Amino acid sequence: MTQLLEAVFGGLSIGSVLLLSALGLAIVFGLMGVINMAHGELMMLGAYTTFVTQNILKATPLAPAYIFLALIAAFLVTALVGLLLERTVVRFLYGRPLETLLATWGVSLILQQFVRSVSWQFVTGLGIFCLLYFGAQSLLAWKTDFDRVRNWFIGIMLPLSAIIALVVSNVLGNAYKLAFTKPWFGTQGVDVTAPQWLRGGLVIDTYQLPYTRLFIIVLTILCLIAVYWFLNQTAWGLRIRAVTQNRAMSACLGIPTQKVDAITFALGSGLAGIAGCAVALLGSVSSNTGQAYIVDTFMVVVVGGVGKLVGSIVAAGTIGTLSYVIGSNALSPLIGFNEQIKAVLEFFATASMAKVVVFALIIVFLQFRPAGLFPQKGRTVDA
Amino acid sequence: MTPTLAAPALPKSPRSRKKQLITEAIVVAVIALILLFVMPWIFAQAGQGVRVNQLGRFLALAIAALGIDLIWGYTGLLSLGHGLFFALGGYALAMYLQLQPLPGQTEVPIPEFFTLYGVDKLPWFWEPFYSFPFTLAAIVVIPGLVAAAFGYLIFRNRIKGVYFSILTQAALIVFFNFFNGQQKLINGTNGLKTDTATIFGVLVGSPPVQTTFYALSILFVIVGYVLCRWLTSGRMGRMLVAIRDDETRVRFSGYNPTGYKVFVFAISAILAGIAGALFTVQSGIITPSSSMSVAFSIEMVIWVAVGGRGTLIGAVLGTLIVNFAKTLLSEQFPAFWLFFQGALFLIVVTVLPMGILGWFRTTGWKFIQGRFGPQPIETYPSLELDPEVEYERETIEHQQSDR
Repeated sequence: MTQLLEAVFGGLSIGSVLLLSALGLAIVFGLMGVINMAHGELMMLGAYTTFVTQNILKATPLAPAYIFLALIAAFLVTALVGLLLERTVVRFLYGRPLETLLATWGVSLILQQFVRSVSWQFVTGLGIFCLLYFGAQSLLAWKTDFDRVRNWFIGIMLPLSAIIALVVSNVLGNAYKLAFTKPWFGTQGVDVTAPQWLRGGLVIDTYQLPYTRLFIIVLTILCLIAVYWFLNQTAWGLRIRAVTQNRAMSACLGIPTQKVDAITFALGSGLAGIAGCAVALLGSVSSNTGQAYIVDTFMVVVVGGVGKLVGSIVAAGTIGTLSYVIGSNALSPLIGFNEQIKAVLEFFATASMAKVVVFALIIVFLQFRPAGLFPQKGRTVDA
Repeated sequence: MTPTLAAPALPKSPRSRKKQLITEAIVVAVIALILLFVMPWIFAQAGQGVRVNQLGRFLALAIAALGIDLIWGYTGLLSLGHGLFFALGGYALAMYLQLQPLPGQTEVPIPEFFTLYGVDKLPWFWEPFYSFPFTLAAIVVIPGLVAAAFGYLIFRNRIKGVYFSILTQAALIVFFNFFNGQQKLINGTNGLKTDTATIFGVLVGSPPVQTTFYALSILFVIVGYVLCRWLTSGRMGRMLVAIRDDETRVRFSGYNPTGYKVFVFAISAILAGIAGALFTVQSGIITPSSSMSVAFSIEMVIWVAVGGRGTLIGAVLGTLIVNFAKTLLSEQFPAFWLFFQGALFLIVVTVLPMGILGWFRTTGWKFIQGRFGPQPIETYPSLELDPEVEYERETIEHQQSDR
C-alpha cells in the first residue's frame, strides 16, 4: 500500500512540474506553431527571480510569504522578457517554424551566458550601449528618412556605441574594483530555501510526502484553473482560441492577430516563470537548470497534441508516472516473475535509463496516434 | 519556408553541363591539393603548427555539415540529433582502437578501463570490433541503419516540421543518457581515448598517422561533396526540393515521399558517422558530452546556415569559418563565446537567411559587378522607379501562406 502511494505521489509530483513547464509551451505552439527553445531559459529566469526575491525579503516581515511575491515577480519578469522576445525576434519569423527554433535557441544561449556573467559592470555597459544606439536611432528616425541612412547608421553607430560602452564600463570597473565587477550569480548554482512552513512533510504510515511537492501540485492545479478560465471565459481567451483554430479567418473577422500573438507569447513565457519558481523549490538553481527540463517538456507537447489543455494534462501525468515507476523499479515486485525480467527491470531502474524506455514508448505511441492524444479535427490542421 | 531558397538546377544542354562539370572537378582538385600541401606549410611557416590538426578536425566536421545540408537545405528536414550518428561513427572506430595491442605488447588485452569497474570479460558487442574490415563497415552501416529505422518510424506517419526536430533531439538525449550511464559497457562519462592507442602498430597520436587522417579528411570531404552533388542534381535532387517546398503536393502528384526522406536521412547519418570517426582520431578522445550534447548538434545546423543552406560549398565553408571563429574567439574571450554564438544564430536567421554564399550570389555579386565590372543593363528603368510596382513587389514577396 505504502509503495503504491509512493509511486503515485512521486509520479504526480514529477508530472505536475512537467505540466507546469509544458503548459506555456503548448499554448504558444498550438497558437503559432512555434517551438520556443528558450522556454527552459525562461524557467531559469523565473527561478533566479525567486532567488532574488528571497534575498530582498529576507530581513523583512514578509519573509515567510516571500514565495507568493516571488511567483508574481517571476510571472511578470518572464512575461516581459517573452514579450520583448516576441516583438524583436519571433514576430519576423512567422510561417518559418524551423528558423524560429534556431533563433530561439540563440536566445537561450545568450540568456544562459547572461546569468553567468551579469554584474554591475555588465549592466552599466549594456545600458550605455542601448541608450546610445537606440537613442540615436529614435532621434534619427524622427528627424530624417531613416530607411535611406540605415546602412550608414548601423555601420557607424554600432561600433561607436559598443566602444564607448566598453570603455566606460572598464573605467568604472577599474575604479570600483570587485564590488562592481563581481558577477551577481556566477557559474555556481544558487540555492533557494523554502519558507519555514513548507519544510518537512505530511507523514502517512512510514512514508513522508514533502510539503514542497504538495505545494507544487496545488500550484499546478491553480495555474490550470487560471489558464482554463482565461482561455474560456475572457474576450482575449476567445480570440486566442479563434486564432489557434483558423488564423486567416480570424484575421478576416477583425481579430488583431499580432496582438493575440504577443499576448499569448507573454502568457506562455509567464507560465514558464511560474514553473521556474516551482523548480527552484526542488533543488539548486544554475544557468543549466532550463536544459534539464526542456526535452521532457517537448515530449509532453508532442504526445499531448496541440490545441487542447486536456492533452497536455494527460501526457504530462502519463510521462511523469511512467518515468517515476520505471526509474524507481516499482514494477519489479509486481511483474518480476523470474530472474530475467527482474534483471531487465533492474537495468532500466535509473532516472536516465527510464528516459530511454519512455522515449521508446513515445515512438511506439506515435505509430498509432501521430498527431498526439487529442488532435484537432478538420481540414485546416494539415497545412 | 522562405520563398527565396535555391531553386533546383534546370536541365541544361548535355554539352554545357559536361563543360561545367569539368571546370568544377578542376576547381575541387586544386583546392584539395592546396589544402593537402600548401596549408600545412603556411601554418608551419607562421609558427602555428597546431592549426593543421584543427583544420583537419574542422574538415571532418564539414563532412557532417554536408549531410545536414542534404537533409535541411535540400529536403527541409531539420535534424537536431545528428550528434547521435556522429558519435556512433566515432565510437565504432574508438572501440576498434581500444582493442589494439599497446606498444610493447603482442597480445590484445581487455581495455584498461574495464578493470576499474571490475569487468573481466569483454561485453559481447565489443567482440566484432577486433576485426578492421568490420569496424570500417560499422562506421558506415550502424549510423545508416539507426537513422533508417528511426526515420522510417517517423516519416511513415507523416510526422514532419518541428515535431521531427524535437523527436530527433529527444533521440539524441536518450542515447546520450545511455552512453553516459553505462560505465561497465562503454566507460560512461569518461569516454574512450584514442591518441594513446595504436593502429597497425603505430601510435595514433604520432605525426605520420595524424597526417594520414588529415589527408583522409580531405578525401572524404570530396567524396561527400561529390555524393551530395550527384544526389542533388537530376531527378533525385528535384524530388528532394519538391518535398521541401510542398510535400502535400508531391503526395498528390502520386509520389510517396517517405522512401526518399528515409533514404536521404540515412545518407546524411552515414556522412555524420564518417565525420565522427575522422574527428575522433584527430582530437584524441570521444566522450558522450563532447559528441552528443544538444548544443553540438544544433551547432552543426548553424555551420550550414552561416555558409548558406542549399549550397554544398556553403556547408563546407560555413563549417570552417564558424569553427575557426570559435577557436580564435574562445582563446581570446572565453566567457563571451556563447554571446557571439547566440548572436550568430539570431543574425543568420533574421538578416542572412540564405547564408554568406546565398547573400553573395544575390546581393554581393551584383554589388561587386556594379562597382568594378560593366554596369548591368536595366530594361525599363521606369519600372524600377515606379512606387506602385515597388510596393506590389514588396508585398507579394513578403506574403506568406497564412495558415
